[in-house]
Amino acid sequence: MWDYTEKVLDLFYNPKNQGAIEVTEENDIAVVFGEVGSIACGDALRLHLKINVPADQILDARFQTFGCTSAIASSSALTEMIKGLTLDEALNVTNKDIANYLGGLPEAKMHCSVMGQEALEAAIYKYRGIEVEHHDEDEGALLCTCFGVSDNRVRRIVIENNLTTVEEVTNYIKAGGSCGSCLAGIEDIIIGVQEDKAATTARVEAELNRIQQTSRGLTTVQKITKIQQVLDEVRPMLLADGGDVELFDIDGDLVKVILKGACSSCSGSTATLKDAIETRLRDRVLPTLIVEAV
Amino acid sequence: MNAETIYLDNNATTKVDPAVVEAMLPYLTTYYGNPSSMHSFGGQVGKAIQTARSQVATLLGAEDSEIIFTSCGTEGNNTAIRAALAAQSDRKHIITTQVEHACVMNVCKLLEKQGYTVTYLSVNRKGQIDLAELEAALTGNTALVTTMYANNETGTIFPIEEIGSLAKSYGAIFHVDAVQAVGKIPLNLKNSTIDLLTLSGHKLHAPKGIGALYVRRGFRFRPFMLGGHQERGRRAGTENVASIIGLGKAAELELTHLPQAVKQEKQLRDRLEKFLLTNIADCEVNGDPKNRLPNTTNIGFKYIEGEAILLSLDRYGVCASSGSACTSGSLEPSHVLRAMGLPYTILHGSIRFSLSRYTTDAEIDRVLEIMPGIIDRLRALSPFNSDAAGWLQEREEALAI
Ligand SMILES: Cc1ncc(COP(=O)(O)O)c(C=O)c1O
Ligand code: FES
Repeated sequence: MWDYTEKVLDLFYNPKNQGAIEVTEENDIAVVFGEVGSIACGDALRLHLKINVPADQILDARFQTFGCTSAIASSSALTEMIKGLTLDEALNVTNKDIANYLGGLPEAKMHCSVMGQEALEAAIYKYRGIEVEHHDEDEGALLCTCFGVSDNRVRRIVIENNLTTVEEVTNYIKAGGSCGSCLAGIEDIIIGVQEDKAATTARVEAELNRIQQTSRGLTTVQKITKIQQVLDEVRPMLLADGGDVELFDIDGDLVKVILKGACSSCSGSTATLKDAIETRLRDRVLPTLIVEAV
Repeated sequence: MNAETIYLDNNATTKVDPAVVEAMLPYLTTYYGNPSSMHSFGGQVGKAIQTARSQVATLLGAEDSEIIFTSCGTEGNNTAIRAALAAQSDRKHIITTQVEHACVMNVCKLLEKQGYTVTYLSVNRKGQIDLAELEAALTGNTALVTTMYANNETGTIFPIEEIGSLAKSYGAIFHVDAVQAVGKIPLNLKNSTIDLLTLSGHKLHAPKGIGALYVRRGFRFRPFMLGGHQERGRRAGTENVASIIGLGKAAELELTHLPQAVKQEKQLRDRLEKFLLTNIADCEVNGDPKNRLPNTTNIGFKYIEGEAILLSLDRYGVCASSGSACTSGSLEPSHVLRAMGLPYTILHGSIRFSLSRYTTDAEIDRVLEIMPGIIDRLRALSPFNSDAAGWLQEREEALAI
């Protein structure tokens, strides 16, 4: 038996927002629905949205689901999550958010949450007049013919959910779960995404290094001036409490300061004060600075 | 599990009869000797095993020497298939069906990789095979015909003796996976065409992890498990004594219970089925209504998904099973229902109720009381309510290609 959370079971036994939304003639109100899945696949979701047109906001959301316990619970969870959101906000809801709302889903059932996210997208795109078929990301070659999944959709789900194995992809969007002839193709995509990611990480690191190099390029005099400026900003606050701070010396990234007065009488408050000054200095001068009280 | 459990999943496994437990216990406590030992302390255990063997043989209308104890139905099927191929090593063709249990199916798949040709006979909408297709597939190269006696999901019973006669006329060995038949319907192997027959204890109120293989006298048997001389060298390994005693006892009990149980289960099953069909729209029975196990009904409820039905039943303590994709652990609905060519609308919403002699009138009443509400609730949640829904039809066609 599947290991469902209490939340999943609760929303399955007592679903919220089931049914359709009546089309209305009211001004500034639009009613749309988006659908994904099919009876053949074993699950399908029709998500209905009531939209406040000027505010671009979801007033009401309802669902009709054909599927298992977790498909029904995911649909119901989704409707609860998106009510009141603007459409742009709703488009940021990911399948992970849905799974988290439910306190998690069994791995093999993750595709239920994916179905929710896709139906939401379908409904919003439909409302905005964007043909889902022409939605960039889902264009591309059909990779898994058994479940009608394109290579781009696999790539997207791999990236969004940080998937690293073919098995996970199957759990999320079923691709690969039947004849298996697309498994090698899925694996290739995962490897491709990982390579891309590694390349991006390398680029980002190089960029960060470059930035650090630039600030490391401060001459010692510039560094001292900047540190002094920051300390001068802090001093009035310390003086008000009967304390003081004074720059003693600089040795590379090590900033030696003298903490005086009320502050130095108690070691706890000295430590707090040291940390506060350090944070400020790192923020304003150099992220690698270390403060030491002498 | 609470006291009010209504257990209608007896094709999955059955309750161990308390009399079976009672018969077993001394062999877990007092009589722990090894039946192969040369002392009488072990020897008395060996005698008890012979009694159990005799009890199983009697249930099947077989001779004691024709029974080998195994660890389960799966082992029995693996053993039988390997033994049949070893006995006819010059023949390289196997005939089976598309609806076999995984432990036959997966062995056949492997054998295909090892140089055998396998014919998987198709089944019709009722899950029944076509004897003409079997006859056309048989050749002088056919080593083995292996089919189930009755299907675990639908209860459909194959025309065993007709299959056997055809197999014999081509000199092929005939193995029958009777795991779902033994204990549910009377069998008599005395004048049968069956060479090898598998049974499993946990389907007839004995414990899990014990089974038996019937090997017709005169069959040139090659063992699967090699080792000591247990089971006259045909199945090595120190015997699972207590479970063997339990299986013997269960077989003996079955012999007395069977005539009445068949009648009672059939009557309850029919009542359950008739009520559901008349009181719930858009559902139908999957299987062969004429040739069917008396305890099994498989019903497809359109427009809803089986796992959701099971979880709903579970809330009332009712245990059943489903062939839907979401219950199988794979993403495909049951290969049995797919082989029958059922439409997707039925496939995903199929529920199997399987009864036993412990099933009561009151339990069936309770199921009848809750089922319509469960189906109504799930249908109200579903976006489908007729076969005409355009968008799903399109997808179905797309997937059929
Ligand atoms: C038709 C059939 N064959 C074989 C088996 C396997 O038996 P066991 O569980 O004892 O290995 C089963 C049980 O699920 C079955 O239904
Ligand atoms: S093509 Fe992907 S599972 Fe068959």
